[in-house]
Amino acid sequence: MNIRKNIAVIGVLITFFCFYNFLIYTSKEKETPVKLSKKAIKGQKIWQDNNCWSCHQVYGLGGYLGPDLTNIYSTKDSNYIKAMLNSGIQSMPKFSFTEEDKEAIVAYLKTIDSTGYYPNYEAIIKPNGWVELKYKDEK
Amino acid sequence: MKNKTALTFLVFALVTLALGILFGLLASLQYIFPTFIKSVIPFSKMRPFHVTTVISWIILAATGSIYFYMVKEEKLSLFSFKLPKAHLLLFLATGVTIYFSFMLGYTEGREYLSFSPILTIPVLLGWILFGLNYFKTLRKSVKNWPVYYWMWGTGIVFMVYHLCEAHFWLIPSFKEHFVKDIAVQWKSYGSFVGSWNMLVYGISIYIMCKIKGDEKLARGKKAFFFYFLGLTNLMFGWAHHTYIIPMQPWIRYVAYGISMTEWIILAHIIYSWKQSLSIQKQEEYPIAYKFLVVADLWVFLNLILALVFSIPAINFFTHGTHITVAHSMGTTIGINTSILFASLFFIASKLKPDFTFKKIKQYVTLYNVSLLLFWVVLLMAGIKKSHWMYFTKNVLFSEMQESLFYVYIAFFSFGLLLVISILRIITPLFFVFIKNIYQNRVMIKDEEKQAVL
Repeated sequence: MNIRKNIAVIGVLITFFCFYNFLIYTSKEKETPVKLSKKAIKGQKIWQDNNCWSCHQVYGLGGYLGPDLTNIYSTKDSNYIKAMLNSGIQSMPKFSFTEEDKEAIVAYLKTIDSTGYYPNYEAIIKPNGWVELKYKDEK
Repeated sequence: MKNKTALTFLVFALVTLALGILFGLLASLQYIFPTFIKSVIPFSKMRPFHVTTVISWIILAATGSIYFYMVKEEKLSLFSFKLPKAHLLLFLATGVTIYFSFMLGYTEGREYLSFSPILTIPVLLGWILFGLNYFKTLRKSVKNWPVYYWMWGTGIVFMVYHLCEAHFWLIPSFKEHFVKDIAVQWKSYGSFVGSWNMLVYGISIYIMCKIKGDEKLARGKKAFFFYFLGLTNLMFGWAHHTYIIPMQPWIRYVAYGISMTEWIILAHIIYSWKQSLSIQKQEEYPIAYKFLVVADLWVFLNLILALVFSIPAINFFTHGTHITVAHSMGTTIGINTSILFASLFFIASKLKPDFTFKKIKQYVTLYNVSLLLFWVVLLMAGIKKSHWMYFTKNVLFSEMQESLFYVYIAFFSFGLLLVISILRIITPLFFVFIKNIYQNRVMIKDEEKQAVL
């Protein structure tokens, strides 16, 4: 196949790709975007440093050994989360988080909880295969 | 370079495959015995070892194969013969550093790139050296590129881009906005896989051409149509991983539309299924051919699975369940590993024409059967989890996990059989490559001696 034609097709695709990426990188998520506080960012760092994603999921993304934690903050309370953190229950490692660390993780999970629902029980499944998600900020 | 550097890539690829599957097997034991060795190596520490090592297998095997084909098969004079050595050293040194950092507990990264972000710099440098050498060599030596050269080039370029994109979370404007952050993270992972698929599928087309002795397969309009379709999916088709995340609906609409184009690929596979089975030249490279047929079957099975859960209404129920794991195991083992085995056996047949298939024949069968059962068990676990999520009430997560106990035993058992079969399959390859590297060293020393005399 003609090399120029190939380069032209790739050029068109890359142009769309750049435009598409620009929109994704700069667009705000639905309605009011939720911003992580300094404390929540610290919690996010603790989450990453301890590989919490290895076992736990957020929005169904992550590991399968532990439960999904997207809405753990609203289904349980912060004391429950703090109690679980150092419990070493089942396959969970025995962590020794300080009270400050626990507060930071709770702040991170609280922010995640405020972004949406998972599982999204109130989503509407359309006949064309589309799913209309229920957003957290919808009234 | 002779073929020493390419073969060294392949030897380390085999070592990482052996280590990676053993790490995976060890980690999977914690599904059956939750407290098993968790004080020494909890699952959260084991999984980064497993994930990083098996990704390294795909990358090293694909890279080594491409270098080998360029130098030994296509007889291309590389732009630089030192760059592949630098590339190899960078990857190996980084790999060893990553292992040590994991052992010391430094896992500041994210799910699939869990090592410290600073270690991505030498990895990126390795890819840039590879790209530089690749494009400079081809630009100089090849006029009309067959599709596999386009695919390899695309894989290298997009690998660099998506490795960078996977670290956008280091930028505060991404890190601070959870939804955007997780969406971009999964966009990069989806496309990262798409990038290595370009390398691996390019290798598959290359071997098919060589086995058939027909270059038309890589030069026709159809080949380029599927290349561009694959590229479109690499760029825009990632978001079926994130249908459920509350991001802008248009992103999900685009992903839905793009994902559905893969039906064309499926239709093509069904159409050409019979033809692919009637290739006559298979006797020349029996093992490579067999693995290509295996990969074809797995492409078929996984594409059906991927297409089904690319429909948002179905994805809604399968997302976050082991069905997604079944898909990733089906693609990384069934498709990628089978194609890379085909490539490695093709190379082994070139190095040692009397390489026999008989000794490992039953292990190839065991590999296929155990993988199929492993895959089915994961689908069963996924269906069970989905049922628990959407159709049961007041059942705790731990109760659901306990109810999967026998499924996890089957998961481990078939995983064990898979590990045994893979270890047996790769053993002869390992020795052929090691022997050839040693012979190359002797040859080079002899040449040097003669030059001195």
